[in-house]
Amino acid sequence: MAVSGLLFIAFVLAHMYGNLKAFGGEDSFNTYAEHLREIGEPMLPHEGALWIIRIGLIVALVVHVACAVILWRRAAAARPVQYAVKKNTGSSLSSRTMRWGGLTLLVFIVWHLLNFTIVKVNPSSGETGDPDHNPYALMVDSFDLWWMTVIYLIAMLALGMHLHHGTFSSLQTLGWTNTATSRARARAAGWVVAIVIAGGFALVPLSVLVGIIEK
Amino acid sequence: MAGSTLHDGTTPLNAAPNQTSDDAHGYYTAGDPIADPVAPTGPIKDRWTNRKFENRLVNPANRRKLDIIIVGTGLAGGAAAATLGEAGYNVKSFCYQDSPRRAHSIAAQGGINAAKNYKEDGDSTFRLFYDTVKGGDYRSRESNVYRLAEVSANIIDQCVAQGVPFAREYGGLLDNRSFGGVQVSRTFYARGQTGQQLLIGAYQAMERQVAAGTVEQFTRHEMLELIVVDGKARGIIARDMVTGEIETHLADVVVLATGGYGNVFFLSTNAMGSNVTAAWRAHRKGAYMANPCYTQIHPTCIPVSGEHQSKLTLMSESLRNDGRIWVPKKKEDCTKDPRDIPEEDRDYYLERIYPSFGNLVPRDIASRAAKYMCDEGRGVGPMVGDFRRGVYLDFSDAIQRLGEDAVREKYDNLFDMYERITGENPYQVPMRIYPAVHYVMGGLWVDYHLQSNIPGLFVSGEANFSDHGANRLGASALMQGLADGYFVLPNTIRDYLADGPFEKVDESHEAVVEAKRAVQERIDKFLSINGTRSADSYHKELGNIMWEYCGMERTEDGLRKAIDMIRELKADFWTNLKVLGSADTLNQSLEKAGRVADFIELGELMCIDALNRRESCGGHFRAESQTDDGEALRHDEEFAYVAAWEWGGDSLEGGQPVLHKEDLIYTAIEMKQRSYK
Amino acid sequence: MNLTLKIWRQAGPSDKGGIHTYQVQGISEDMSFLEMLDVLNEQLNEKGEEPVAFDSDCREGICGTCSLMINGEAHGPEVTTTCQLHMRSFSDGDTITIEPWRAEPFSVIKDLIVDRSAFDRIIQSGGFISANTGSAPEANSVPAPRDKAMRAFNVATCIGCGACVAACPNGSASLFLGAKITHLGELPQGQPERYSRVVDMVGQHDHEGFGGCTNIGECASACPKEIPLDVISQLNKDLRTALKNGY
Ligand SMILES: Cc1cc2nc3c(=O)[nH]c(=O)nc-3n(C[C@H](O)[C@H](O)[C@H](O)COP(=O)(O)OP(=O)(O)OC[C@H]3O[C@@H](n4cnc5c(N)ncnc54)[C@H](O)[C@@H]3O)c2cc1C
Ligand code: HEM
Ligand code: SF4
Ligand code: FES
Repeated sequence: MAVSGLLFIAFVLAHMYGNLKAFGGEDSFNTYAEHLREIGEPMLPHEGALWIIRIGLIVALVVHVACAVILWRRAAAARPVQYAVKKNTGSSLSSRTMRWGGLTLLVFIVWHLLNFTIVKVNPSSGETGDPDHNPYALMVDSFDLWWMTVIYLIAMLALGMHLHHGTFSSLQTLGWTNTATSRARARAAGWVVAIVIAGGFALVPLSVLVGIIEK
Repeated sequence: MAGSTLHDGTTPLNAAPNQTSDDAHGYYTAGDPIADPVAPTGPIKDRWTNRKFENRLVNPANRRKLDIIIVGTGLAGGAAAATLGEAGYNVKSFCYQDSPRRAHSIAAQGGINAAKNYKEDGDSTFRLFYDTVKGGDYRSRESNVYRLAEVSANIIDQCVAQGVPFAREYGGLLDNRSFGGVQVSRTFYARGQTGQQLLIGAYQAMERQVAAGTVEQFTRHEMLELIVVDGKARGIIARDMVTGEIETHLADVVVLATGGYGNVFFLSTNAMGSNVTAAWRAHRKGAYMANPCYTQIHPTCIPVSGEHQSKLTLMSESLRNDGRIWVPKKKEDCTKDPRDIPEEDRDYYLERIYPSFGNLVPRDIASRAAKYMCDEGRGVGPMVGDFRRGVYLDFSDAIQRLGEDAVREKYDNLFDMYERITGENPYQVPMRIYPAVHYVMGGLWVDYHLQSNIPGLFVSGEANFSDHGANRLGASALMQGLADGYFVLPNTIRDYLADGPFEKVDESHEAVVEAKRAVQERIDKFLSINGTRSADSYHKELGNIMWEYCGMERTEDGLRKAIDMIRELKADFWTNLKVLGSADTLNQSLEKAGRVADFIELGELMCIDALNRRESCGGHFRAESQTDDGEALRHDEEFAYVAAWEWGGDSLEGGQPVLHKEDLIYTAIEMKQRSYK
Repeated sequence: MNLTLKIWRQAGPSDKGGIHTYQVQGISEDMSFLEMLDVLNEQLNEKGEEPVAFDSDCREGICGTCSLMINGEAHGPEVTTTCQLHMRSFSDGDTITIEPWRAEPFSVIKDLIVDRSAFDRIIQSGGFISANTGSAPEANSVPAPRDKAMRAFNVATCIGCGACVAACPNGSASLFLGAKITHLGELPQGQPERYSRVVDMVGQHDHEGFGGCTNIGECASACPKEIPLDVISQLNKDLRTALKNGY
């Protein structure tokens, strides 16, 4: 779980970096999108590297979700009778909402892929398949809609929270937080990763909405 | 006997006692004198080595066929279960708690003694032996004590190998401290939780044997009867405290390691569940109870705060190293804020009376002095009954001298505990302390092999009387429990078991059926009296009687009065008790009733024993026996004996205990009167 | 002070159980929480109602027998055991809800008493150092670095109370487990069995039906002995090393 989670973190970091190319304008962003497909050529076929990453992510997702389901079921089985009154005194909200947050992310990922990768639905025009091969335009069209931005921002909130605990948790799971200092560092890393990633992702749609980024 | 030679060629240094007083006349029957039938002979330092060799062995293949019941999982019982399990016997272990790890040994704070002489400060086996006999006011058996000192070093080796995290020095070697007023540093410790760490070591060793299949553990099981068949201990009747089932467990040998009975005083530093039932049931089946009146009262406990109090909490003795004990000189100051009482109006009474030892006088002296101050009306803290029961233990000098940080480093956890319980901050206001019952030196009589007078019944740890005489040195009970469990019992029980496996006893044997029926009847009786008072209320009342008349200071009149009061209480208990619920579920009131019934009978015997012993020795102070300046006065010529009491029937039906005396003969040590002035 | 108590009552393991409400009067703030319950029980006994069953023994915070979920917190609002919790932590007129530890492996025996024998079985599976009596070398022949010995001691103070399980939203016993792994793993004597121990103990923990750890941290904040969360990290580290080395 920790390994797949860290893989996700690496992926979303790279992904976010790519998204920020949107501030460089249409060409910069589209070149990046195209470049993604050309990594490793000619040793790998077109989109070869991308597929390797995709497969890696799919495997990680399956592992991650499978682990999550097992943990969830074990937790439910371990406490069949709930407390009438239960206070939480030592945990963050994010740590207690990993499962629901994760589920939110899963739903979001499905929609996200439909939106930008698989079906390429352009919610403003209703057309699919991105006939112009212009990912930049698709993105700007999408985020010009306030409700798309809201969905996206909610998802980023979920992601931020998931990562706030997830970063610390994965370091703890891997046994790297054996002292009070290293634990404090891991907690701090959780904040940094959460803010950088969720914040970084959120910049683009917000900028589109307020018009800093436009077609 | 002085001047003559014993059969081993040694010369006794003391004479056999000859009692002239008879204070307990009319309360007891005189029985025949007894002696330890397996007492070792020869030079004291070779006795144990020789005995280990002489004791017969049990073929490893036979061990599996031998069943051993061990009641108790404290240091004494847990260590024995582990060791006998490792040896390959079939062990059944019982405790009333929900896990063996919770036995009351866990609460010991200060440390454990061992004659390692790591500090090169002149310690040795002989010195530890000497200190222990002297500390016990020459009322223990020298061979037993010597053996204890001898195996003490092995205990530390064993515990370290098990992973007990003793305090260490920077170089990684073990640290020692001096404890309880002795002049050498021989106490090994794990901060203030030594008992916990030692017990967890023994517990883990025992759980390992559970996994290996040699030990079967029965938790939440209370032993309610001993089964004696043809004169031999052959098993126990126990109640499964969850289902209420009355179970029969049979074996070739039974070990009682059931701890002390300090709870006869209701308020003590013992655990709520500590009880005398196992020992008392054995006593009623014929086992002698030795020196039951020897009680240790610890001077530094947190005082009683009110009627509701359910137990008392010990504060480590180490506090007396830096704290100064005082009470106001004037009675009218007792309700003032202590910080407003000027220096000249304070009475640092220990420093005044005992200038050379000051605040570090032995436990019994410090305790008694506190009682006198309070009896004079100079106690502090809340009124409990007619008196304020507390004296100040003041750290302001230490804080000034060493700085608050240094004091904090040494005592922080104790100060925290104090503040949690009392709500007062001892860095700002002096602590209040008062003595409380802490340990009992008396217990079931055993011989050198730790076998009682019932063949096949062995008794170890605080439950026996063997090693501490009339008083116990700090950090020596843990040592004794582990010595008995790891090293002594395994080497003595084998001599008994070499004759086994004994003829099989069937559950339908008349003695077994009878024992089970007796237990069932008693339970039915408790549930059917249907009176008005809870067992707890009787326990409180008994405790008050014991504390008042058989506590720190005992008098002839007081003890007689106490015996009468206890008899009345007993009669009332059996007619007016109220126990709700049923016998076939967990029922804490029922458990309590059984324990209180036995405490009442024990209390009566303690008073009779105290009444008979018209001398002051160790923890037993008879007001009639003191020097001109109020110090304890021993009478060796009359009382250098073990009082072993045989059950003589219920006093309400005219029964009287029978007194058997075992002379204490010293060949390696000369008896001396204590002096701490 | 006067209090309203809402207490879980359950006649036996198979009874359904439910919350009952009682009033107690004249509670002094110097009483411990359990002494307050003693008062209630004495009162119930007088009325002919069976007293509330709850566990306690040493009443000084060391044996680990006492339990109780008090107003949703294991061992109540202070960092201590229930037996060392005093009534000055409450105020007149308070309503206090008292429930047993809740976890599948800790089944309710009666009222507030649960069965914690699973902890013994976890220790049986490997929570020891195999050193038969008599086989030990001289104690000072193996020095143990002081800092490691201190860490071992700090975590060996676990009293096996089960508050960590009770507080954990996952019903995991990882703090208890980690404390033992760390205690024995920090000492030179614990090395030979270090990796088989962690694998066996984790296996038994899971087998007992405790939940998996997701590092939430409720356990450490409920623990009366302040066992830190890093013992779980140590547990994970040892487990990873063990699995890598084929244990
Ligand atoms: C607060 C405190 C601090 C102390 N500090 C020190 C110290 O620093 N150094 C020192 O040397 N000594 C100290 N002592 C004394 C020492 O701890 C005890 O004397 C010693 O631990 C007793 O061990 P034990 O094995 O004989 O009995 P215990 O540890 O009391 O064990 C008794 C066992 O018997 C079982 N049992 C009892 N009755 C029954 C029954 N009827 N049926 C089934 N099981 C039963 C119990 O379940 C338990 O397992 C201290 C004592 C107290 C109370
Ligand atoms: C697909 C939807 C997802 C679901 C259902 C999900 C669910 C979970 C759950 C239940 C946990 C619990 C473990 C814990 O609380 O520590 C978890 C941990 C974690 N998740 Fe996710 N998650 C999802 C997506 C993601 C994504 C997209 C990332 C990274 C960007 C991520 C990173 C992490 C990390 C790092 C952990 C900590 C792992 C550990 O402690 O071992 N997760 N996830
Ligand atoms: S880790 Fe803490 S909460 Fe858990 S059992 Fe040990 S002492 Fe109790
Ligand atoms: S009763 Fe022993 S820890 Fe609370």
